[in-house]
Order: sequence, then C-alpha cells, then structure tokens
Amino acid sequence: MSDQVREQKDFTNAPLCLSGKGVTKIFGFGNKKTVAVDHVDFEFHEGEFVSIVGESGSGKTTLSKMLLGLSNATEGEIFFQGKPRDISSGRKKREYWKGIQAIFQDPFSSFNTFQKIDTVLLDCIHMRGGKNLSKEEKFNMMTEACHFVNLEFKELTNKYPFELSGGQMQRLMIARIFLLKPKILLADEPTSMVDACSRATILDMLLNLRDEIGMTVIFITHDIGLAYYISDTVYIMEHGKFVEYGKADEVILNPKAAYTKRLISDVPKIHEEWDLSTVDLMA
Amino acid sequence: MKNTLRQVFHSSKFVAGFIIFVAILLTMFIYPLINPGNPLQQIGVGTFAKPGTYVSLYDATKAPVSTFRLPDAAEKRLGSSLSEEDKVAMVEWFEAVGADISDLDTNDTEKMLEMWDEYYDPSAKPKGMIRAKILYYGRLDKSLKEMGNGDGDSISIAEPNEEGVLEETKKILDTDYVNTKEVANVKTLPLGTDNFGRDVLKELVSATGTSIRIGLIAGIVATLIGLTLGLLAGYVGGFLDDIIMFVTNIFTVIPGFVLLILISYSIGQEQRGAAVVAIVIGFTSWTWTARSVRSQVISLRNRDHVNLSKLSGHSLVRIVLTDILPYIASYVVMAFILQVSSGILSEAQLSLLGLGPKTTEVPTLGLMMNWAMLYSAHTNGSWWAYFPVILTITLISFSLNLMNTGLDQVFNPTLRD
Repeated sequence: MSDQVREQKDFTNAPLCLSGKGVTKIFGFGNKKTVAVDHVDFEFHEGEFVSIVGESGSGKTTLSKMLLGLSNATEGEIFFQGKPRDISSGRKKREYWKGIQAIFQDPFSSFNTFQKIDTVLLDCIHMRGGKNLSKEEKFNMMTEACHFVNLEFKELTNKYPFELSGGQMQRLMIARIFLLKPKILLADEPTSMVDACSRATILDMLLNLRDEIGMTVIFITHDIGLAYYISDTVYIMEHGKFVEYGKADEVILNPKAAYTKRLISDVPKIHEEWDLSTVDLMA
Repeated sequence: MKNTLRQVFHSSKFVAGFIIFVAILLTMFIYPLINPGNPLQQIGVGTFAKPGTYVSLYDATKAPVSTFRLPDAAEKRLGSSLSEEDKVAMVEWFEAVGADISDLDTNDTEKMLEMWDEYYDPSAKPKGMIRAKILYYGRLDKSLKEMGNGDGDSISIAEPNEEGVLEETKKILDTDYVNTKEVANVKTLPLGTDNFGRDVLKELVSATGTSIRIGLIAGIVATLIGLTLGLLAGYVGGFLDDIIMFVTNIFTVIPGFVLLILISYSIGQEQRGAAVVAIVIGFTSWTWTARSVRSQVISLRNRDHVNLSKLSGHSLVRIVLTDILPYIASYVVMAFILQVSSGILSEAQLSLLGLGPKTTEVPTLGLMMNWAMLYSAHTNGSWWAYFPVILTITLISFSLNLMNTGLDQVFNPTLRD
C-alpha cells in the first residue's frame, strides 16, 4: 500500500452523503428485549473513508444492515444526501440501492452458487441501465472491471464463483462495485476471512476504487490497527453506542474513551510484549 | 447439476429404489401391449378362479391326440383327486387301528393307498369311533376303490345324430394326451380372477398405473401448495407469515385422514373420479411441506447471497426463484417423493373404506383391496385377489422411500454411512 493513505484529508466541510440521528434497533420485547444499536448519530461525508470499529456483538453489522436498508430502524432517522431516506416501497428501495452497495464478510456465502460469474457482472451492468448495450460493449465493461481487480474475465466466463479462491471472490465483489459505481460502499469486514496477502491487495483496491469513483467507503472492522491504517474518520462502537469518533489520528493516537484504549492495547505487536492487562480473560 | 446426478446415482439406496420403481413403471407400460384389452372386462363367470393355465375342455376333445404311457400318471390322477381332508381321515384310521405312522408321508399317495389296502377292514370297529364315522370310512373306501380302477378307463363323447339320438363320436382314453399348442383356447391367468371374474394381473397392472398417477397428482398438488405457502411465509414474513401459519396449524391439528374422509364423502360417489380423489388427497396433505419449506427459507433469507441479490435490485419473484428455490430444490424433491408415496397409501386407505374413486371407470390398488375385502377373499383363501395388491403397494412405497433415503444421504452428508 502506498504511503499516501496516511495523508488524511479534512472532510468536515464536504457535503453529507449519509447521516443518522438517534438511529436505534431493538430486537424482541419485554424481558427478552435486546438493544443492538442505541440512539447513534453519525455523519458520513462524500469521498470519506470511515471505519466503524468495535468487538463482536457491538452492533456493527446491525447498523450496517440498517444503513443498507435491509432492515428497518426501530427509532431514529437516516438521511441520504441530506434528505430523509425513503425506502418505503420496492421501487424506492431499488433506487436507493443504486446509490449504496456492499461487500460482505464471507466471500464464500456472498455469491449464489447456482449463478455463473457472467450473470453476477451482467446484473450490475443492467442495474446501471446498460440493458440495451451491445454484447461487445458489455464484454468490454466486464473485462475492464475484472482488469481493475487483477482478474482475467476471459478465464472467468462460464465459471461459478465457488471455483475461485476466497481472495479472488472478494476481488470479484470489488469488480462488481466498479461496475455499479455507487455513492456509498459499505464494506462489512471484507478482509476478515482472507489471508494477509490478499488482505493488503483488497484494501489497496478499495482505496483505489474510492479515488477512481469518489465514493464514500464505510469500512466495518474489529481491527483498530487496520482502521487506523486506511481511514480518514473512525467511529468506535461499544454495546450499540458510538463511544468516540473523529479523525483517525485523533482517536487512535489520543484515545479518550477507556474502550478505545483497550481496543488499541489489544492489538498484538511484533516487537513488543503483548499487554494483556486490560483484557478481561474471564469474558 | 451433472455432478449432483452422478452423486445421486452413486448412492446404492437410491439406485435400488430407482430400479424397483422403474421396473414397476416398465411393467405398467409393457404389459398392456402384451395383453391388451379392458382391465375391467369380466372374463370369468363366478368368482375367484385360481391362478393357473386354463385349457378349453371342448377344444381339447377336438384336438389331435397322442398316446403316452406315463408310469406315474395313475398316481398323479389319484393324488389330485385325493383331498387333504381324505388324507387326514386316512391317517386317523391308521392311528385308530394301531398302524405305525411314524414315517408316513401324506404326499406319497402310493404308500398311503398301499397302507389303506393293508389296514382298512370294513368289519373293524375301532374303539371309541362313532358309527357315523365308521360309515364315512365305508364311503371313503368305496371312492378310493373307484379312483384306483384307473387302468383302461375311458370317457365317451356322444353327439346327437340326425334323428336326435345320441351317438358315440369319440372315446377319450386315460392315456390320451393333447398338446396345449394344438388346443384352440388356452388362457393363462397367472393371478387368477377376482370376485367379478376379471383377470387379476391385468387389473393389477392397470390399477398400479392409476394409483401412481393419483400419487403423482396428489404429490404435485400438495408440493405446489406447500411450497408456495412456505416460500411466502418464510420469505415475506410478518403478518402474512402469521396468517399462513395460522391456516397451516389449523390443517395440521385436524387429522388429515378424517378431513379426507369428510371431503370425499361430501363430494359423492358419482363425482369422485381418480383425478378428483388425487386432488382431494393433495389438498389435505400439504401442511408439512409448507412448515418445513418455511423453516428452510427463514434460514436462507438473511444469507449474504440473498442480501446481495436484493442490493442488485432483483424483484421478490426473481429472488425467490433464483436465490431461494435452488437452495431448497433437493429438499422439495425429497418432500415430493414422500408426498407421492403417501398419496398412493391415502388412496388405498380411502378406497378400502369405500370412499375411493367410483368403481366403474378404472381399477386402483385401493379399490382392488376393497373388492377383495367385500367378497371375503381373505376368509375364503383367495390370496391372489389381495396379496399381490398389498405386495405392489409395499414395493412402490418401499422403492420411493428408498430413493428418498438415498437422496437424503447425498444432500445431507452427516447421514452418510
């Protein structure tokens, strides 16, 4: 990865892309009530690379589902490009999804195993209104998208996603995003199930894609080191609440919340003895 | 797909079930070509002719005769005339007069008759034997003597001449034989006839076809209803799920068979064709398919590939057809096979109670059992009227269940041996 990544821009004055006020998600009711996301406020700007960091069960994925419009918030409102988001009908949802896309954690379960790779990529072209393009134009678009993620489309035609490696599948996901060119990309731990080498490649591609399309990337991770390395802004989430947020440098180099400090000390370091004093081993 | 099929045909259980089922299907298609005609035609007068080959007596007398002097002919003739009751009575006499019967074989007619000549004495009055029994032995001895005088016996055939007086035209000796190929009318009834004098095998083949068709229609109806409701309830969820599950639960708690009986009865005998019965069976047996499809869909609907499909802007119908259905297809096929099997059994149960398809159009396996039961085939020993039917139902059910178990093992690796 290039060193440019660490040069963090200031997005405070950039136009808002996605924001939320008092967004809450409650599962169950009565004694079995679980508050997964608890009145969170956030502001994501255009072109910003935002990381949402938290441990398992902190509500990251639930929040991402609400941001994607795959589940409804119990309370609060989400604003898309400054206006209240309206996903009340199937048509409106489809319109919203032209602006927001996702990469999921598990590449092996992200694709329909009964559909060929060509179908996956063609769907993206059709969604962008390219239904009437000639076969050749579609082929060129798919080849370009695959080329962007270092894949050869010719070698992928008539193949099924499960015939690829995990890293290749995640790259194919990025190729999908390249074709769809959404305003926002929500990446839900896209590197947690691939090896270290593939992880660097995928992160590099995500950053290149952000620069190429100018989209906002919401990167959900449990790895605060990774978040520091690539993000402009970091949100720390604990038990469904944002305990701290701000520029990556500020949050990670000068953590204020005890939870952030703990997350930072939990990162294993190669040349230092691992400080486990803050880790509650019984938990 | 190709790979899955290869895996399926590697399962010995599936292959065994498949072979049995295909054999039944082939018989269903080929036998009517060999033995064409209406399976409900009453060829016999009287009920329950035993299985075997029947030769026209009239034609046999006209056929060219060959003479054979077979050494065991007389004995066989005697053997076939001597009933089991007679044999038991003879053994009782031997016992009463104190003969040694420790190594007596009742099937050895020659030995039995030899012993009878030796031990029977018309003047003997064994102790404790009533007079009526002694008189019975007298009659038995007489009939045995008549049978025994076989050598040189003949039967005369007389036909009326021009004046109306009987004139002997032919004499049939006990050494005369005819070749069955020379006899004009020979009929083989491998499973005899039923109470209406119908060829049981022909009827059975036709009934198997009808029953499998009923099973298939019932299976298709039940699977379609169960699949549609299960998919809707599982994928859409919410209020629609509540309504569908409410209806499904109502159908589940009412015993399906009672419902089946009530619906069949209310339709009435005249309107109850095979297809109607099949549809009624289908309408009362979809609940388990609906419940299990729903639970499978619920586990699938939040998978990443379904979410990705939603994000790709696919419609509900397309998501259900391309992202959900292929994942539960194997399960649906297995449920369908079980529905076919239970459809055939339900028809048999319903017909046995007299609520099956109307009896004048087509035979079904259930109807054949019903007829056999009504005409007491099980009490008068006419096993051929009901036993082959039971065996066929068992074989169909067994083969379908075997295929199902085989498929289950292919699609669910934890069940593999």
